[in-house]
Amino acid sequence: MDWVQLWEITTLPDNVPIVLLILVIPFYTWYGLRQAFANDRLIDRLEADPEMAKTHHRKTQPWKPGWAREVQVWPYLLRMEFLVAIIVTFILMVWSITLDAPLEEPANPSLTMNPAKAPWYFLGLQEMLVYFDPWMAGVVLPTLILVGLMVIPYMDTNPLGNGYYTYKQRKFAIWAFFFGFIVLWLSMVVIGTFIRGPGWIWFWPGQTWDHNKLIFEANRDLPDMFGITSMLGKSLFGAAVVGLFALVTALGVHKLFTWNAFNRKIYNRMSLIQYVLLQFFLVTMMLLPAKMVARLLFRIKYVWVTPWFNI
Amino acid sequence: MADDLKEQKPAGKATALIGGVLKEVKGLKDKALDDVQSLKKPQKTQLYKSIFRVTHDEKPRNRALGILSNVFLHLHPAKINRDAVAYNYTWGMGGITFYLFIVLTFTGVLLMFYYHPTKVQAFRDILYLEHDVPFGKLLRNMHRWAAHLMIITVWLHMFRVFLTGSYKKPREFNWMVGVILMLLTMLLSFTGYLLPDDQLGFWAVTVGTNMARATPLLGHEGPLGPEFGMTAFNDVRFALLGGSIVDSNALLRAYIWHCIAIPLIAGIFMAVHFWRVRKDGGISGPAPVMLESEIKEPRRF
Ligand code: HEM
Repeated sequence: MDWVQLWEITTLPDNVPIVLLILVIPFYTWYGLRQAFANDRLIDRLEADPEMAKTHHRKTQPWKPGWAREVQVWPYLLRMEFLVAIIVTFILMVWSITLDAPLEEPANPSLTMNPAKAPWYFLGLQEMLVYFDPWMAGVVLPTLILVGLMVIPYMDTNPLGNGYYTYKQRKFAIWAFFFGFIVLWLSMVVIGTFIRGPGWIWFWPGQTWDHNKLIFEANRDLPDMFGITSMLGKSLFGAAVVGLFALVTALGVHKLFTWNAFNRKIYNRMSLIQYVLLQFFLVTMMLLPAKMVARLLFRIKYVWVTPWFNI
Repeated sequence: MADDLKEQKPAGKATALIGGVLKEVKGLKDKALDDVQSLKKPQKTQLYKSIFRVTHDEKPRNRALGILSNVFLHLHPAKINRDAVAYNYTWGMGGITFYLFIVLTFTGVLLMFYYHPTKVQAFRDILYLEHDVPFGKLLRNMHRWAAHLMIITVWLHMFRVFLTGSYKKPREFNWMVGVILMLLTMLLSFTGYLLPDDQLGFWAVTVGTNMARATPLLGHEGPLGPEFGMTAFNDVRFALLGGSIVDSNALLRAYIWHCIAIPLIAGIFMAVHFWRVRKDGGISGPAPVMLESEIKEPRRF
């Protein structure tokens, strides 16, 4: 174990925010889910007891009859904002006094940095470059991520869980978001930071970066493994494989999406367009883990080879 | 007056004079005491009233007016859901993000006083800031770390909005505005990365913009790009960098995007974002929980 190097990577000034992120995300996940579970218990009780549901104020927060439902912004909200501003300023001051922003040598086009890394919040995209060609990883997928995020409100027809934390009433949505945000996006940031070394080679945490290491990865294309040689054959074969993948994934998503009676009820509320959109974005999202497995475990570079593009 | 004084005895004159002065002094003292009293109640002063436009008695109506009649505070409603002021619902993340944006604007303007976006000066300006400008290092550090922190808080804000289902009706549109704000935040950070003109920024931006070469149709190495007439000298990457390599034009473009264009655009989107938070009925919760049995049938066309 090369603890020194691990320490060096961790304490690299520009990596400190990721260390912060790694601490803060689990905390807020716990903080949000804890409230979600508390609300879920309340929901269970209200569903079991319709009389109670009629009179209960339906929040986990304390409530007494006669309490006003609203409070004055001044002082109740403004004092909170003021306090938070002071705390944030304080944290920022301490951080800025104790840790200096990095400054490397002057820019030098003839001296390549190795590894040349994007800022940490874009490492997800840079890591995707391993699995996809730049037009996919750098342009198409980021666009789809943004558009996919934007259409979430229009695909989610579940009217429950609007304005309160809940897990029970939104299981599918929450799992899908966790998968995309935490399992894919954040873990790729972490891989890009802690695991990728010189030459963007995979070094386990603690494994010493070897700047002379060369890996003659015998990457193969899937069609070659099946002995397909003609371009037409490769194009058709790839289209078939990708199509099959889409079909199987879509069926899997469908299975999960209509898992229980409640899910089916939500499904019935969706229009055809909404459902097709949902499937499109989820299947595209699953393309990434599929190619990660294909690449990392089976050394497959392209699945679909055509004269114009490769996937 | 003068005649009166002349007729009196000199001693009487003096007493009267002293008496007069004493009276004046007492008057002054009373006034001074009044001023001291008014210091205790600054809200009663003309100065205060003229600035804040309300008399600030401890009355609910006046407290509300204090919010509504102030150009900065009127972003807020006068009253708010009693459970929404607790930290645990919003985590304050939207507010913290906005606060960091303000901090960044402030420190950024100060940095601009010392920075020239040219190949000759940029790097030296950073060295100058770090070693000679009073508090220059602290200034640069604060700008850097606030930017990183802002990205973390934007992500957390989105995470919270998702977990509370706050993007649901009627806030769908504000979620979209939010996604654009997140993109702008990351672009702000990214354009700033090049400005010190050091190896770190140079290679990060080189790697980043190399991807633009591969844009389908619009990049010279992208699918159908060459067929579309793209070369290294007319594709999107060229437009981003103002050249075919990361050089002085790229530095100038990054500078203008970073210091003028994106902050302006982000500012406009934030105005819309906050406006819509209010128009969509204020913050979404904590709302009373809804039960499955209460779902209404969707309207069909
Ligand atoms: C520069 C970035 C942003 C700023 C300054 C900002 C600021 C705010 C503020 C101050 C609020 C009030 C409640 C709160 O603090 O949570 C809010 C609410 C909201 N934001 Fe943002 N936001 C930003 C980015 C985003 C993003 C990335 C999203 C989602 C993708 C988003 C979606 C929303 C929605 C839907 C609400 C209403 C939430 C509710 O009513 O509970 N915002 N935003």
